[in-house]
Amino acid sequence: MSTAVLEEKHTEASRRPPVINDFSIHVATANGSGSQSSNTILMRSIFQMGIPVSGKNLFPSNIQGLPTWFTIRASKEGFIARRRDIGVLICMNPETAHEDVKTVAPGAAVIYEESLKLDGLRNDLHFYPVPFSKLVLELVQDGKLRRLAVNMIYVGVAAWLLDIEMAEIEKAVAKQFKSKAAAVEINMKAIRGGFEWAEKNLKKSDPFRLERMNATAGKIIIEGNAATAIGCMMAGVQFLAWYPITPSSSLAESLIDYAGRHRVDPETDQPTFSVVQAEDELAALGMVLGAGWAGARAMTTTSGPGISLMSEFTGLGYYAEVPAVIVDVQRVGPSTGLPTRTMQGDITSTYYLGHGDAKHILLIPGSIRECYELAMESFDLAERFQTPVFLMTDLDLGMNNWMADPFSYPEKPFDRGKVLRTKEEFEAHVAKHREFARYRDVDGDGIPYRTLPGFFDAPAAAYFTRGSGHTDRATYTERGDDYKNNMDRLARKFETAREYVPKPVISSGNGAKVGVIAYGSSDFAVEEARTLLGRKGLTTDYLRLRALPFTPEIAAFVAAHERVYVVDQNRDGQMYDLLRLEVGSDAPKLRSIRHYDGFPLDAETVIEGIEAGEKL
Amino acid sequence: MSSTAPPGTTEPKAPPSNRVGLTVKEYGGLKSTLCVGCGHDVITRQITQAMYEMSIPPYKIAKMSGIGCSSKTTAYFADRGHGFNAVHGRMPAVATGAMMVNPSLLSIGVSGDGDTASIGAGQFVHLLRRNVPMVYIVENNGVYGLTKGQFSATADAGSKLKTGVVNDLPAIDLCAMGIELGCGYVARSFSGDMKQLLGLLKGALAHRGTALLDIVSPCVTFNNHDSSTKSYKWAKDHEIPIQEIGFVPYYEDITVDYDPGTTQDIELHDGSHIRLKKLRTDYDATDKAMALALCQESQQKQEFLTGLIYVEPSKKDFLELSGLGSVPIVSLPDERLRPGRKALEEIMESLK
Repeated sequence: MSTAVLEEKHTEASRRPPVINDFSIHVATANGSGSQSSNTILMRSIFQMGIPVSGKNLFPSNIQGLPTWFTIRASKEGFIARRRDIGVLICMNPETAHEDVKTVAPGAAVIYEESLKLDGLRNDLHFYPVPFSKLVLELVQDGKLRRLAVNMIYVGVAAWLLDIEMAEIEKAVAKQFKSKAAAVEINMKAIRGGFEWAEKNLKKSDPFRLERMNATAGKIIIEGNAATAIGCMMAGVQFLAWYPITPSSSLAESLIDYAGRHRVDPETDQPTFSVVQAEDELAALGMVLGAGWAGARAMTTTSGPGISLMSEFTGLGYYAEVPAVIVDVQRVGPSTGLPTRTMQGDITSTYYLGHGDAKHILLIPGSIRECYELAMESFDLAERFQTPVFLMTDLDLGMNNWMADPFSYPEKPFDRGKVLRTKEEFEAHVAKHREFARYRDVDGDGIPYRTLPGFFDAPAAAYFTRGSGHTDRATYTERGDDYKNNMDRLARKFETAREYVPKPVISSGNGAKVGVIAYGSSDFAVEEARTLLGRKGLTTDYLRLRALPFTPEIAAFVAAHERVYVVDQNRDGQMYDLLRLEVGSDAPKLRSIRHYDGFPLDAETVIEGIEAGEKL
Repeated sequence: MSSTAPPGTTEPKAPPSNRVGLTVKEYGGLKSTLCVGCGHDVITRQITQAMYEMSIPPYKIAKMSGIGCSSKTTAYFADRGHGFNAVHGRMPAVATGAMMVNPSLLSIGVSGDGDTASIGAGQFVHLLRRNVPMVYIVENNGVYGLTKGQFSATADAGSKLKTGVVNDLPAIDLCAMGIELGCGYVARSFSGDMKQLLGLLKGALAHRGTALLDIVSPCVTFNNHDSSTKSYKWAKDHEIPIQEIGFVPYYEDITVDYDPGTTQDIELHDGSHIRLKKLRTDYDATDKAMALALCQESQQKQEFLTGLIYVEPSKKDFLELSGLGSVPIVSLPDERLRPGRKALEEIMESLK
């Protein structure tokens, strides 16, 4: 499009100041209609134009037919949390069209199938009727492909409306279809057809535009689950047992895919990694404990309902002191309770998972990079502390598309913990400590030494693994003092863990009286909220938690502020509760902001929570 | 490796040692805490003997169990090997994980009828379906002992507890289930038939893949009375062995002095041979349909048929099916487990 044409196109729109690179596009389709490719192409094209972007799939628990939405946010300031207000709505689903139109912000642009006749619904929107069903008949000859290709037409219409560069769309299409010439051709034809139709027949009246920037060069786009999978692979994971569950399945599948390519021993051509798709989550964790006990870096990945099923084995892993990494991609509800929506719902239940006294190490990534880095860290901690370690992500982080810097290669060697791997190591240990006692605290940090089955022939190296009823020499006991000694050592071990878990990320030093504590995927919305509040004159300090147990910085942060807002994506303020216990007499300083409608957190929720508390 | 004292000395004769230089005592474990006369203790002794005779290096043994009287017994043998007492009914998963990363282990699992046929039925099914290399022993007494005598799912319909409670439900036949699910070594035995049991255990140790042994092992405290079909008396009166079990270990010369008409000779994974002298003419332990028919017939006639019911020695085990190599994954050095810089760069490039 020439500059002259562009100017002409924007004449109508220019009565209002243009909104450039700062709005969200909301695409409403029916599940299973093949819109995923179109939405990815839209998002990638914007990304390739150098504009910070994020994409979120707000999908139903369904294979085909139920309504689904994809929301793409372009933000020149680099805000990538969900944006509450919608700038551009693309209505492809007759079922939800009326409701969709009712919910957009005043002044939004609405692209819709002409025959739906939506323009009478409101008079404060910019309506763009498009005869998608007629166009697709003209543009796509193969009847079987029309259902999918119709989605490409809206890509073309949106490209015209928002000034998305066609060259970038072509690149994104080629990437999406892995340069399969026939697929690229059919889809590009539909996209161009949509663009040309719009150019001829529509008149732009809305203010939304995209303009090339240079803020995404060198960055990657990736889902959190893939980032976690790459972290696990680089951490040398040797065994994965898993049971399919949304939203964690793609993590296992991604790991199997990456490891299949990059974890083949060059010398023997054999895999250095093994997988079992288990019969259920109980078995999955049982297998992981078996593999961890045998000396492997072993993991499973699941979500809340799976965590519930893993409760008994987690308790055993805690008492028997077997390393395991459990990824919990958190979601809403048991059974059919919004399984495809996001939540930070398993914080307290996982922290105390198991029966009797049990507390676990939880690592909580707050970004894509941390999905990768803390995945690696979790294996080191699991082996260092010989215990199940939980990596707590969520559906928003795990299944949505995020922009990130490329991951750096890990320079730190693995921490395999206190393992007597050879007969020499074993004999040296015995010489130093008189004997090998599996559960004896010889170093004062609560962490004992372990041997592995089948590694070397020394009668005294073998031990019998069981639950909590064991002496420090791993023999059976039901004596109260033996049990208590063991419990006290486990408590010491947990105290040691406080020094090893990732410290919180703190931004402070501006004398703010108000603090914010958040964790996990809330970070994106919280950072945006802080910037916006700052512009309104309210400066805040911020502590982002990255692990349980808490480290000493947390109580100090609360002590240093008058009021501290704790952001939870759950109804009960789960982290808020744990923090109240942690900070003791400072507990009255804590305020709770809770978001729990199943959708990713947005900045407005945080701003509203803080403003209400500060009575602004 | 000779254990005999030098000639001319007056020292007492040392106990004989096996091919790895160990005496049978060195395959022992802790003293049993089960009831006096418990069938399980007899099985423990035969396991110990079989491992000794098979010259298994004890440090390679991984003893697996769930929860129940039977599951306690892994502490009573081979204390030079590691053991893992898992949670109730979930030993198969733990064993599967351990074997997947270290197939050089020899895994022996001891379970009971409650642990296997009820709470652990799901895991049992999938263990067999996968053909995880391990010996899986069910010490089957038809009752829950540790919780004081409730019926289990292997109790026969019509059998009566001491309290007078009658079991109305049919028994789960673990052997039929095993054959159906593709298990390549399915045997039934009785703790009172030590010779047969020893032969079957040695065969199980020589087999690669899951070897299932369903061993009736009377509970002297809760299920050994006259109205029980899992009592010593009932088992003794009703046992009908289908074969006499002979075993020729891999290190001994195979002699051919048997009559193929009356004896079936089967070579097992490690080169040992199990020799089945047929007591039922025309029974072929490698015929799956025949094996299933035998289980059904045994149920219908309320017969207690023992022996090697089904064997398929060349069946692929789970590791082979999973495409894993011969080097245990657990023994790979760390540097072989982390992909190089180039791999990460390639991945990052593909995401740009």
